[in-house]
Amino acid sequence: MKHLTAINRKAARMEEVTRTEASRPEGAKDVVALQQGPPQQPEPPHIPNGCSLVFSPGWEADRNGGTAGLCQPVERDLFDCHMGCFWPAQVPDQLNHAPDWTAKCAAAQKDWRKIDLIFPDEKK
Amino acid sequence: MSILGLREFHPFEAAGRRYVYLVPSAAVFALDDCSEAVLKELDAGPRAAADLAQDLGARFDRAEVSDTIAELQRVRLLGEVDKPSAFAPGASADKKGLSPPATPKIVPLRPVPLQTLVVNVTNQCNLACTYCYEYGEDKIVDTENGQQPKFMSEETARESVEFALRESRENRHAHITFFGGETLMNFPVLKSTIAYARRRAAEVGKDIDFSLTTNATLLQPDVIEFLASERVGVTISIDGPEDMQDKFRVFNNGQGSYAMAAPKIKALLARHRSRPVGARVTLTKQTLDVRRIYKHLSEDLGFWEVGFAPVTTAPGRDYAISDGGFDHLLEQFRALATEYLEASLQNRHHGFSNVRETLQEIHQGHAKAYPCGAGIGLMGVSTDGRVALCHRFAGSDDHGLGTVRDGVSWPKQQAFLDAHHVSNKTDCATCWARPICAGGCYHEANTRYGSTERPNLHYCEWIRGWTHTCLEIYGELAARNPGFLRQFDDQPTERVS
Repeated sequence: MKHLTAINRKAARMEEVTRTEASRPEGAKDVVALQQGPPQQPEPPHIPNGCSLVFSPGWEADRNGGTAGLCQPVERDLFDCHMGCFWPAQVPDQLNHAPDWTAKCAAAQKDWRKIDLIFPDEKK
Repeated sequence: MSILGLREFHPFEAAGRRYVYLVPSAAVFALDDCSEAVLKELDAGPRAAADLAQDLGARFDRAEVSDTIAELQRVRLLGEVDKPSAFAPGASADKKGLSPPATPKIVPLRPVPLQTLVVNVTNQCNLACTYCYEYGEDKIVDTENGQQPKFMSEETARESVEFALRESRENRHAHITFFGGETLMNFPVLKSTIAYARRRAAEVGKDIDFSLTTNATLLQPDVIEFLASERVGVTISIDGPEDMQDKFRVFNNGQGSYAMAAPKIKALLARHRSRPVGARVTLTKQTLDVRRIYKHLSEDLGFWEVGFAPVTTAPGRDYAISDGGFDHLLEQFRALATEYLEASLQNRHHGFSNVRETLQEIHQGHAKAYPCGAGIGLMGVSTDGRVALCHRFAGSDDHGLGTVRDGVSWPKQQAFLDAHHVSNKTDCATCWARPICAGGCYHEANTRYGSTERPNLHYCEWIRGWTHTCLEIYGELAARNPGFLRQFDDQPTERVS
């Protein structure tokens, strides 16, 4: 920030947060929920992937009562839900039509933007 | 087009710089010419961003103004008028275009680790201070004819230690403050409890440390030796030079306590070097000469720190400080705070602890949801082992949370937290000092208004005046000796008075 100078520690923390906002081109909005920012809470003990079968706490609140550590980062649903949990996520048919739709996406949390969009083949 | 209006903040000046204290975030920013000009323009009422750039065009170029507006919006100094504040989505802006101020109500969803347990080892006292909140006219627990034992037993003290260690939960550190009555009237239990607590803390892998408050009249050489070698933090209740001390701090026969206390304090200060020893002064209508009290306690007696608190009392008492008295008090505090500033600019120690504590809170920028740690990170135990909000409520059935044996009730604690959140205090909703005050002491409110849920409206002006003074000192130090503020980077330990 050029016109305001952070003086106390809270102000410095606010500046830190707004710096990332400011670094985007003007007017650009991004999908906040899919961003992997710095961890907001200390790393909790490892909880296995998956939904209610392993008693992870679900969508509403995490173990600490907040929302920072919900059972799955949503982008991971793309993989976990359609393969492991039978959650009806709208993803391409990996078996028949689009076996390579995730080829450029090595790690969903980082590379989710590279996932291909698949359109129905109009020639058929 | 978006119409911009001011959000909540408190402006102040120091060392020729202009600052703002943001509410409710408690952040402090320094302004430059352009940001100050924008705020000034908007003071008259909400405006469109484009109009602002036009009006300020003679002094600043358009890009600079829009940059500034963006920054001010990012830190929530400005907001769009038609968009309600994020924290009060249902409310609409007032006539001036200001968004309704609000503090989000976030109540802890699970028990918070206990940081300090105040253990009242006795409710007896060898003094009979007229204004005493425990024994005097405004007491809330009948300590004389009540059910509780006069002295805490060794067994209850040990259970209190276990409670403190257990309730400190994931924290590595636990702290016990011994309190009274006159704490040292139960020195044998205090002594054995410290030994027990050290052993138990080591067994469960925690650090533990201790402090106590005393009137100094029972500081015998063996007691002083023990406190020094065990590194027990000591706070001494004393009201100033002899004539002031002896006005209210008297024995049962009316005789003043200064003559007995002063030599013992000197002996303690000469021997106890392991932790700084502080004085805690109760101010009354009759004893308001803050600078004289400070000078005597720090220079003549040699205290490292001196803290002042206005007496807690119902309004009608003859020692209660009146409105005019608070104005006078603020003047005195300001004068002493100026001394503190001068010393701090030269990196010299000054022991006026009220200003140091407020600077620490400003520096951290905590926006308090509760005025203090009572019932959250701090609790008080009465001589029979009942746990209450803090030591001032120890033994009171109406303010109890449980016992050291059976633990505290989380639903009760939650109900307390829900009822005492600053967002419940409608009077505080428009006050810029609420991030730091949050309504003030529960015990004071209970004594004054009969309910812990009420804000302490009788000292609002005083709190705002004092906070403003401390902001100015903070701004002065930030501009002229910023290195001095680094000492406040660490979290403070909770003060008990």
